[in-house]
Amino acid sequence: MKTGQQTQPSIAHAPAVEPEAYRSSVKPVWCPGCGDFSVLTAITNALAHLQLPPERVAMVSGIGCSSRIPAYTNVFGFHGVHGRALPLASGLKLSRPDLTVLVAGGDGDGFSIGGNHFLHACRRNVDMTYIVMDNQVYGMTKGQASPTTAPEWSGSDLTPEGTGLLAFQPLVIALAAGANFVARCFSGEQANLTEILVEAIRHPGFSVVQVLSPCVTFRPEQRQWKNLIRMAPESAAADLGSAVRHLMEDDGLSIGRVLHRGDRKPFVLAGCADGGLEDLEEGFAL
Amino acid sequence: MRRSVSVVLAGSGGAGAISAGTMLLQAAGRANWYAYMTRSVGAQIRGGEAAAMLRFDLDPVSAHDDAFDVLIALDWQDLGKHAAEMPLHAGSVIIADPDQGPVPEVFLASGARQIQVLIKQLAKGIPGGRSNVVATGILGGLTGLPLDILTQVCEESLAGKGEKVREASVQALRAGFEAAAALGIAYRLPPGRVPLGASRWNITGNEATGLGAIRGGVRYVAAYPITPATEILEWMAPALARVGGALVQVEDELAAINQIIGASFGGVPSLTATSGPGLSLMTESLGLAVASETPVVVVNVMRGGPSTGIPAKSEQTDLNIALHGLHGEAPHLVLAPNSVADCLFTTGWAVHLAKTLQAPALVLSDQLLGQSRVVLDRPADVQWPCRRELASRPAAGEPYRRYALTPSGVSPMAVPGTPGCQYTAEGLEHNEFGTPSSEAENHRLQLDKRTRKLDAHDYGDSWASLEGDGDWMIITWGSCTAAVREAVRRWHEDGGRARMLSIRLLSPVQPKKFAQALRGVSRALVVEQSHSAQFYRYLRAFYELPGHCDVLHRPGPLPFRPGEIVEQLAGWNRA
Repeated sequence: MKTGQQTQPSIAHAPAVEPEAYRSSVKPVWCPGCGDFSVLTAITNALAHLQLPPERVAMVSGIGCSSRIPAYTNVFGFHGVHGRALPLASGLKLSRPDLTVLVAGGDGDGFSIGGNHFLHACRRNVDMTYIVMDNQVYGMTKGQASPTTAPEWSGSDLTPEGTGLLAFQPLVIALAAGANFVARCFSGEQANLTEILVEAIRHPGFSVVQVLSPCVTFRPEQRQWKNLIRMAPESAAADLGSAVRHLMEDDGLSIGRVLHRGDRKPFVLAGCADGGLEDLEEGFAL
Repeated sequence: MRRSVSVVLAGSGGAGAISAGTMLLQAAGRANWYAYMTRSVGAQIRGGEAAAMLRFDLDPVSAHDDAFDVLIALDWQDLGKHAAEMPLHAGSVIIADPDQGPVPEVFLASGARQIQVLIKQLAKGIPGGRSNVVATGILGGLTGLPLDILTQVCEESLAGKGEKVREASVQALRAGFEAAAALGIAYRLPPGRVPLGASRWNITGNEATGLGAIRGGVRYVAAYPITPATEILEWMAPALARVGGALVQVEDELAAINQIIGASFGGVPSLTATSGPGLSLMTESLGLAVASETPVVVVNVMRGGPSTGIPAKSEQTDLNIALHGLHGEAPHLVLAPNSVADCLFTTGWAVHLAKTLQAPALVLSDQLLGQSRVVLDRPADVQWPCRRELASRPAAGEPYRRYALTPSGVSPMAVPGTPGCQYTAEGLEHNEFGTPSSEAENHRLQLDKRTRKLDAHDYGDSWASLEGDGDWMIITWGSCTAAVREAVRRWHEDGGRARMLSIRLLSPVQPKKFAQALRGVSRALVVEQSHSAQFYRYLRAFYELPGHCDVLHRPGPLPFRPGEIVEQLAGWNRA
């Protein structure tokens, strides 16, 4: 349950909001060893770093293990339907630009059932931050292939011979579709993740942060990620072309660097509010 | 004295039949007549057939008559295929251009007289002259519209197109008007009564829906274009901007419904408009609005279904999906406007109810209502109090219960930004605090609460339109109401007695009010535009009907004519 235990809403002359103030007392459903615990901590650390009053932050998610995250925070949350977190969050941010909006979810939620919204959220460039906890598997339904699963992975009864499908490259797609900030992180590198989340939240427009977050239950081999991940080369972030080339040639395990910081203007709504109902009705007079 | 005249102006798409019809309607309004126009258009974007069907009347009018008095065709291309939508009578005339080939047999079968006018040649005789404007002049002359009013309306509609176009049109209009005078026939209406007090409007059902939404408080719309709902969006986009709101065109209907749920969660009243296929896509997320108790309004302008169906033509067949289409047990509001003016009232009411009851409201309009254009008395103002019950900061140490089990079932809703009220809106079953819970008792309590808040609300008299008297009753809904209303009026004028009940609030059902409305009714007739009689089955499921109950139902797109309904009552008299 969420309790109204956070500290002062205004931070100007108030004591600092501690990371714990962004956590609720609800116990996560995640398995021991799940990478998402660490992502949750990084998010609360980032919010504390930014000293955002909890009631001015909203976290929107879809369905899946990682999508359970809003209930574990003490900000306003929306746990919606599968794949639709991005439009729900867009509607919230567009109508309430004063809020800081985070969107969280997994690879299946974001790139399979929600793939179309991912494309258009990148194009639309609403000022919000999308955190995708990518474990290359559907955990909540007990271990099926997701869009980011390698084609030969045969660990699911649904696809015993592997999917045979090319793994989806979310960040390349994001760059091609116009996302304004793109980075890949690892849940095990919490300080780096926190740092990049802070930057992603601050950056205007649509920020995409892919977080490799191991599923130790259905992809136990991902325990090895901590030994395999490495810092992306500096050259990868030189320009859009370098970022795309790096991502296409990479094995998906280079992390820790912002690959793109765009300067596209975020999409906002500009009502002119120059009339009242009478003016609208005037248009129907004979 | 003639009280009403009905005309059709038809041609292939792009020939300008619809824009000519729109001019005639506006001119009729200026002449202090009431007027009603529907259109029949094919699926083609350009080309195909297009017909503007108009009725001018001395009294308020919202349905077509049994048949049309005049049919004027610019050409006959595919028109014969749609003859059933424009019935004629033995006293009708068909004005045909002999250069456009013979009049299809199907029109002549009515016994209507054929009169030949060289419409195209008349237009060609004027540099820049157009056949549709000549035809407008002919219809104006035949029905008694003053030429100066027609000219004025024509000039206004061409504003900005240059002096040459204006001059050509004025001449074409006059040529048509004079040609009509030479025909030796007339279907003239006497001058209309000058309106006292309230002014008159020229408005479509879709526009009225948009205005009703804004009057009700909607300030955010996300939508995906679809026939025949798009005009709601086209009207609302600039209108919302003017009142400080906004419309966003999104990638699909799934995005539309979820964006408005997000906006409403943020405290901004929101709406989307769609048609059947879009509603199908939205149903999962409508369930989310039910479970998370987020107020949203979805206007569904029904068209022929299933699948892509008949996109530009009307049917009342989304009743079942609107009532029962959500999975699980998901109490929500379903409302239906029953006239163009009522699109304004009912949409405003839906916004108000959604806000008050923190539930999604579906508004079932249809193509016939939405794309009808009418001249009517300015609808009355209804002030909708903004009634979303808001939460404020709880006492120190007290947790906020977003889904508190209140006696009314409505729990104060916190808007993001309210300190101490952070909660997670949940699509999972949850407890009072919003924490996910699969406990049996908790599920029952939350189901009770979500049902209670809709059932316990007092919806007042607006739940239905109840008119007339007598122990026979016609029960109907939505766009069929106009024909039923006129049938009841005719029946009364002929000395008969009958009541009409048009149900505006379809869900939650109102059995007590229904029983009261039917007190003393010995015989009932149900009228609806549905092949499988969805509305009759719904009535059977939820209401007590009299032992004698007949059903007049058929699929779209042919609307019911008042005469068909009167004939049904006359049949009872004979029996």
